[in-house]
This record gives sequence, structure tokens and C-alpha cells, in this order.
Amino acid sequence: MKHTPRMIAALMLGSALFAAGPVKLLNVSYDPTRELYQEINAAFAKQWKAKTGADVTISQSHGGSGKQARSVIDGLQADVVTLGLAYDIDSIAEHAHLLPANWQTRLPNNSTPYTSTIVFLVRKGNPKHIGDWEDLVKPGVSVITPNPKTSGGARWSYLAAWGYALKKNNGDDKKAEEFVTRLYRNVPVLDSGARGSTTTFAQRGIGDVLLSWENEAFLALNELGKDKVEVITPAISILAEPPVAVVDKIAAKHGTTEVAKAYLEFLYSEEGQEIGAKNYYRARSAQALAKYPNRFPALQLFTVDELFGGWQKAQKRHFEDGGVFDRIYGVGR
Amino acid sequence: MLTPFKRPSVLPGFWPAFSYTALYLTVIVLIPLSAVFLKAVSSSWEHLWKAISAPNVVASYRLSFGASLVAGLISVVVGFLVAWVLVRYEFPGKALADALVDLPFALPTAVAGIALTSLYTENGWVGRYLTPLGIKVAFTPLGVVVALTFIGLPFVVRSVQPVLADADRELEEAAASLGATRRQIFWRVILPIVRPALFTGFALALARALGEYGSVIFISGNLPMKTEITPLLIVSKLEQYDYAGATAIAAVMLIASFALLLGVNALQRRTRRFMETE
Repeated sequence: MKHTPRMIAALMLGSALFAAGPVKLLNVSYDPTRELYQEINAAFAKQWKAKTGADVTISQSHGGSGKQARSVIDGLQADVVTLGLAYDIDSIAEHAHLLPANWQTRLPNNSTPYTSTIVFLVRKGNPKHIGDWEDLVKPGVSVITPNPKTSGGARWSYLAAWGYALKKNNGDDKKAEEFVTRLYRNVPVLDSGARGSTTTFAQRGIGDVLLSWENEAFLALNELGKDKVEVITPAISILAEPPVAVVDKIAAKHGTTEVAKAYLEFLYSEEGQEIGAKNYYRARSAQALAKYPNRFPALQLFTVDELFGGWQKAQKRHFEDGGVFDRIYGVGR
Repeated sequence: MLTPFKRPSVLPGFWPAFSYTALYLTVIVLIPLSAVFLKAVSSSWEHLWKAISAPNVVASYRLSFGASLVAGLISVVVGFLVAWVLVRYEFPGKALADALVDLPFALPTAVAGIALTSLYTENGWVGRYLTPLGIKVAFTPLGVVVALTFIGLPFVVRSVQPVLADADRELEEAAASLGATRRQIFWRVILPIVRPALFTGFALALARALGEYGSVIFISGNLPMKTEITPLLIVSKLEQYDYAGATAIAAVMLIASFALLLGVNALQRRTRRFMETE
């Protein structure tokens, strides 16, 4: 049992804290949600205190979505996971059996309280005139995106490009593969995660356009300044659904099932929704969205289920070893 | 009882020292390494073979071993030069230069990688002068060599420096007075003295380069078939929950590295014996 010492340590820690009073939750999340959950945690702790009189402290852990899922599989004591794509939570269910396979049906909207999409971040003044996906495959345009084998965000970007090409060519799969191949010919460097790519684009000044989560693009815009970069929203893109789930077995062990459930339900509440919209996530609630008019340009969105038959299928066909992404790079079998 | 490998010594304590060495090597080195192999063989042979023979993995072996060898050789030449200057000449700021050599040891490798990448990209301080000449460093195999040379250099300098400092200058003077040319003095007097140290430095630099991850992934660009190093593919397999595949590649790397280092050590022993008999 390779996790035994860690489990004992966690149990001891858990019981020590239990004796001391406040309930502890660990939310294992992906990279760009740091700011979002800081705000959510404070708001939820306040609400929980008002409702039950008990204190709750929520710790956050961030990193690449796939890497985070692996940590949970390897024994990281996550009460809840809020990851970049459903496939990663599926993996936790499949490899470690910590939650049931049908976890995504337990909360509304496929267990995704907020959505996001993939947009373009370009240099100020948009010198290469990038307006839509078609512009990314032009010769001389340099595109920055991470490696979809290791980055959740990059998988959304890849599927967004593929979906665009499918829609444009009446569902012609061959043409879509051609388009995506041409796009990756314009990629000079594949970082392993979304934050790495943002650094490559922003700090090192490499590339003309960064494919990015919408919320990450706005964060970069705030950080770098409107005089350095611009956000371009394409006419069509993918509906990115980063899901949330209670990790049943771990929460049960910690005795935190109830508060963990309430925590995730809070994300769906009007207050939670508004915090999401404030942090550049597309909230499900129209009322929350209305508070930030002009923030989220309307665009045509397609889902992974619609065009790719769900994450399991998409993963298998495109990103597994020997899949389409490997073929694009000439890694034939 | 006759112990074939115990030689008479004035210092006692062979058995405790030997047992401790064996225990230490087992606990610190052998057990973790055998865990790698055990994990690898937990999967089917077919899967393992596929994992270690995929085209992108084979391409990464080529890059990892090729770039490490090239970087090791560069480190040997330049490192010898640096050691020579530090030992044989007095100049202002020598203590500073001496300390600078160790810096790549101390710097977190990711920091080194980011710094090198910033320097060598198309619009970096160095890269902008190389780009018009048609030389691309960042995001090419050349960039990998640059990063590996950076981290490998101190190993050679620190191996050669003490040997060079101990070398008798009188030997050179004797050679000169016997009519040897400068070139002969270098090849026949100095080089034989430092050669074992150069091999040691090369082996250390090579070993370090083969396992290097942090500094390389930033400058290499990580393009499949072109600039992916083997350690990156191991990490990438882990990200895909393919533990067996990852450890299989790791095992291949281990075996190949071990063979390489054995080879370097054998060469070193031969040159030493050659010196002793001469």
C-alpha cells in the first residue's frame, strides 16, 4: 500500500482539525481558476457560517488539469474536484474508483456551473489581422497553444479548430484534419500547459496569436494592459464545460460529504453565479450575465457531445498515442 | 577464510565499510531503480514494446542521446580551457570567475531554461543577431545542446581543475629542455595527466544531460518528432495515465545511460593503465 503513510498522516491531520472545530475542504482545481475560487471560498464560508454556525476553511490546489487528476488518483485528499474537462474526472472514476462513473449527471448542466470558450489573444492593433479561425492557417502567422496531450485547455482549442472546420466544410472530416494540420504547422512551440503558453506569448513575445481560455485571456489582458494585447472572439467556437464533482470516497472518509455538496451547489446559486461572471466565466444564470453586459460577446457555440460524441470518444480518437494528433506530427504507427 | 577481494590494509574495518556501502547502494539506488522495472513489467510486453518503439519516442532517444553527447564533448573542450585559465593564470576577478563556474549547479534548472530561451528566441538579446544569419537556436535541437552545455560545463571544470593544479610544472619544463615542441608538450605531457579527469567530467556531464528536464523543455519547443526529449515523453505518458509506458521508456533510458557510463568508465580505466605502464 503505497499511500498508507500519507493516508495516516491525512487522517491524523483530519482528526486533529475535527477536534479543533472548523471543517476543512480541499478543492483540487486546474490552472486559471485561482482567482475565481479565492472569491467563491470566502463567500461560501460566510454563507455556511450564517446557515449552520460552523466554520469551514477551504484549501485550493492548482495545476494542469490532467496533472491534478493524477495527483488525486495517486492519493491527494481532494474532497471536491473542479477540473478543466470531464475526461479528467472520468479518469479519477475509472482509475481510482473514488466516485461513480455517472458523476456528471448528479448536478445540473452536466455538472458545469459555468462555461467558457476558446478565444484569440493578439498583439495590440492586431497587426496580422486575425479575426477568425481561417486566419490562423495563413502562411506567416505564428500560433501559440500548448500540447493537447498534456494540457486540458489545449484539447479544447484543438477541438474548437476541428469543429470550426467541420462546420465550414459541411462535416467533412478529411477537410477538418487538413485544416487542423495546417494550423499546427504554424505552431512554433508546444508548451506543456496553458500557463506556460501564456508566458511564451506574453513574456517572451513569441507568436502572433495565443489560443486561450476566454477567462485566461481576460486575465492576461488585465495583467499586461490594454496597450499590449487584445482579445478577439471568433464567430464560432467550442462551448468549454469545466465540470465539478464531489469525490465521494474521500469526502465520506473526512466526513465532509454534506459541506462538499453544499459548496458545489453554492456555485449554482445566484451569488456563486455572479462571482463566476465577475471572474470572466460564462455563468449559466442570465441574471448574473446581465450584470456584465458587453463582457461576453455572442458567438455560435458547439459542444463536444454534439460534434465529437463526448470526451471519451474525442480523447481516444484524437489525443491517445497513435491518434490524430500524433498523425499530424508524423508519428505514424 | 580467504576473501578474494580484501587486500591487506593498515586501516581496519573492511567489513563494516563494505557492508555499509552495499546497504547504501541497495536502499538509495537499487530499490528505487528496481521499482521502475517492476512497474514497467506490470503491463503486457506488447504494450511496453509499443511504448518504447513508437516513432516519436525513438526520435526522442536520438535527440536526447545525441544532444547530450555533443553537449558533453563541447563541455570537455571548453571546460578544459576554463580550468586551464583558472589554474595557470593570475588575473583580477579570478576568485569571482571561479565562483561563477558553479552557478549552473545552484540555479534551479527551470530558471536557467527560461533565461536561455529569452536570450535565444528570435527577438531575444542574442537571438536577434543570430536570426539574420539564418541560425535558429530556441525551439531547435541546437537550443537543446545549448541548455545541456550550460548545465554540463561545471562538471568538467571541477573535475579537471584539481588535477591540473597538482600537475608538476617541472615535467613540462623537463620536456621543453629535452627539445619537445609546445604541441608535443600538450599532447604527450599535459593531456595524459588530465585525461582521466576529462573522462570523469565528461561522464558526469553526460549523465546529467541525459536526465535533464527543467532547463530543456523551455528552450526545446517540444515539437513531436523534432525537439521532444525523452524525459518529456515520460512526463507526457504519466499525464495520460500510462504509468507502465512511462516506466518502460524510463527503463530504456536507464539501461542505455548505464551502458554509456560503463563504456566511458572502461575507456577511462584503459587510459589510466596505459599511463601506468608507460
